[in-house]
Amino acid sequence: MIRVVLPPHLRTLAHVKHDVLLDVAGRITRASVLDALETKYPMLRGTIRDHVTEQRRPFLRFFACERDLTHEPPDAPLPDAVASGSEPFLVIGAIAGG
Amino acid sequence: MSGVRVLVGTRKGAFILTADGKRERWNVSGPHFAGWEIYHMKGSLADPNRLYASQSSGWFGQVIQRSCDGGKTWETPGGGMGKTPDGMPTGESNKFVYDTAPDTGKPLTTHQFYDGTQHPWEFKRVWHLEPSLTDPDTAYAGVEDAGLFRTTDGGKTWQELAGLRGHGTGPKWQPGAGGMCLHTILLDPTNPRRMYVAISAAGAFRSDDGGTTWKPINRGLRSQYIPDPTAEVGHCVHRIALHRSRPNVLFMQKHWDVMRSDDAGDSWREVSGDLPTDFGFVIDVHAHEPDTIYVVPIKSDSEHYVPDGKLRVYRSRSGGTEWEALTKGLPQRDCYVNVLRDAMAIDSLDKCGVYFGTTGGQVYLSPDSGATWTPIVRDLPAVLSVEVQTLQ
Repeated sequence: MIRVVLPPHLRTLAHVKHDVLLDVAGRITRASVLDALETKYPMLRGTIRDHVTEQRRPFLRFFACERDLTHEPPDAPLPDAVASGSEPFLVIGAIAGG
Repeated sequence: MSGVRVLVGTRKGAFILTADGKRERWNVSGPHFAGWEIYHMKGSLADPNRLYASQSSGWFGQVIQRSCDGGKTWETPGGGMGKTPDGMPTGESNKFVYDTAPDTGKPLTTHQFYDGTQHPWEFKRVWHLEPSLTDPDTAYAGVEDAGLFRTTDGGKTWQELAGLRGHGTGPKWQPGAGGMCLHTILLDPTNPRRMYVAISAAGAFRSDDGGTTWKPINRGLRSQYIPDPTAEVGHCVHRIALHRSRPNVLFMQKHWDVMRSDDAGDSWREVSGDLPTDFGFVIDVHAHEPDTIYVVPIKSDSEHYVPDGKLRVYRSRSGGTEWEALTKGLPQRDCYVNVLRDAMAIDSLDKCGVYFGTTGGQVYLSPDSGATWTPIVRDLPAVLSVEVQTLQ
């Protein structure tokens, strides 16, 4: 199972209290993880990436294994530790605003 | 027993204020959607327990929320009522996708950008939600970049009424300082085919066929900040209001100037009269007196606060031109708040109540049509919108 850590506002929106566990088929990539996340929690569609273009919303980043994976291609494989479930995939909101 | 429910959208969440018909003791619930900007909430006339809310954030974009119990509980319409066999929510409720040209698939039109170039429409947020007068599952959404969307399934899906952008003047529209937003939607209670919208900075538009086709209705407006002050479009209209019993008479707070139309927007004349300043955002009409209107003058387009440190609502009982300051109970020194365009509402109790919210976080009520004022709450986040439902 893939473990995804969401920022608090998205946890509230998805009605989850803790990390999200996802069963992702096939290659484990950012795109496949987000596809699985949005399938299980449709109310998150459009909040992380655009509905149509699937572009990342500008104030969000993707971290895992102490690396910033934001600018990796969406179809690039995620680290093995994420694929095995030992490390989470983090969706991070920028520290900004008031 | 009658009562009122006041729906307050703020920079950091939504609040619901309820009271009985005396409007003396208030219950405050919230913040709902804490930490999110709530540009607007509004209830359905056809089913007062049906509420819609526009929830947005710079991080996570747009979400539409719906309540079927008067705001006690909320759901994202696509994610709440319908469930897949394994119990998971279905669909999405925040997908606002502009129509494209059917023959090419390219953007339907472009608009003027800040640098003078033409720019494609890009969805940013929902500014205003207007439920249908007859069907709780139908509602309209005014969005930034300026466009009009409609749902007929209770907010699960939204479709653009693209005739508004596509009627020909779209390339002349341009964003104001607050963006290019469709912020006002008025439905004619006597003619289900007629509706009005207003856009900053494009102007006012009317449809007489249920939203399929549109025409600009800006004749008589004069705006010094555009090259041709009397142009067909380009005017920064801040708000329009009408009275249900006389929907052909429209009142407008423009960027500068308070205006009136007696012919459904075909022509406008200025009724700023003796106001201390005719810049402002809100305008509304008394529930029972179609010629009694309210505005809150703001100092200027570069100083968005009330003049002279005094918070004054101005009322005209003659449909404009002659105005009186309403001050009893409002701060008359050291006050520098603004009242934004969707932040005034009027209930329909016998002695109608007037409500408005400020960027300082106060929501004021006058239970006697403006004679006296009292704060319901003083310390909310900056208020973006105020709506009121009169409950029987």
